[in-house]
Amino acid sequence: MKIRNRGAGEKQEVNMTAMIDIVFLLLVFFMVTLKIVDQEGDFSVRMPLASNSSGAVDDTELPLKLRLKADENGRLTSIAMNEVQLGTDFDALRDTVIGLVGGAKPGETSEGGPEVEIDTDFNLRYESVIKAITAVSGYKVGDQTVKLIEKIKFAKPRK
Amino acid sequence: MRVNTTKPAMAEGDMTPMIDMVFQLIAFFMVLINFSESEANDRVVLPNSELVKPPEAPLEFPIVLHVAQDGEIILGGDNYTAETLKVGLNRELAVLAAEKKTPGDANVIIRAHKDAAAGVIQEVIRVAQERQLVSFALRVKEDRQ
Repeated sequence: MKIRNRGAGEKQEVNMTAMIDIVFLLLVFFMVTLKIVDQEGDFSVRMPLASNSSGAVDDTELPLKLRLKADENGRLTSIAMNEVQLGTDFDALRDTVIGLVGGAKPGETSEGGPEVEIDTDFNLRYESVIKAITAVSGYKVGDQTVKLIEKIKFAKPRK
Repeated sequence: MRVNTTKPAMAEGDMTPMIDMVFQLIAFFMVLINFSESEANDRVVLPNSELVKPPEAPLEFPIVLHVAQDGEIILGGDNYTAETLKVGLNRELAVLAAEKKTPGDANVIIRAHKDAAAGVIQEVIRVAQERQLVSFALRVKEDRQ
């Protein structure tokens, strides 16, 4: 007896249209929601509230005083480290700090090192403060970071 | 006379390479998508610094304070000034106390606009200090140049 088996060799085709629709929708969703963000990092500041004790203070523990002045528009007008005027040059500030504290080797941490107190005019732009913190915190040699001062605090706000 | 008409065969392209590519693109965008952006605020443009690096581990018990250019402080979606910030901080500290932690365990992350007045940031720190918060992180953008 002859058995009819006409469909045996035919390829079964699945309809891909629905899947491709969904896949393209997913693709468009991820493309639209993608937002390439810049990497962010922190400058750590440990600042407990100053005690009002009037005990004798060791001179070696006194922080370096960094004074930042601004004009009425918030632009930086002068930098002074321990009363030494440095103009508005952050590189000069960094060189001064290197002269004062030396530099740890790249990758080393200088825990227990000196402290800097930032005393800034109220209306100075925050960006200038961060530049100053960057200058006193260290500098880069290639990919390595040389750390200078890690302890940073702020003076009382000037109003 | 009977005429044999054959329907023209539909030209079907091979979809496999396209689907492969599309799946690869989806995988690429899924990996790249960054949902941690929720910490950011549209009103804040961070200053740059070449020295900072992204933290290896997220800070414990973060209290994120956004400081806008006009000095307004945003904490948990609510707006404050330097004078009213203590209300918001008290709320955060209550949450902290419920988890049996002290204010010293918390980390205050300050995300301030680059053109905000530095004095406002000092005020924010002072108000936080008065609530026994001692650890502050000044958040800046990594400058790769």
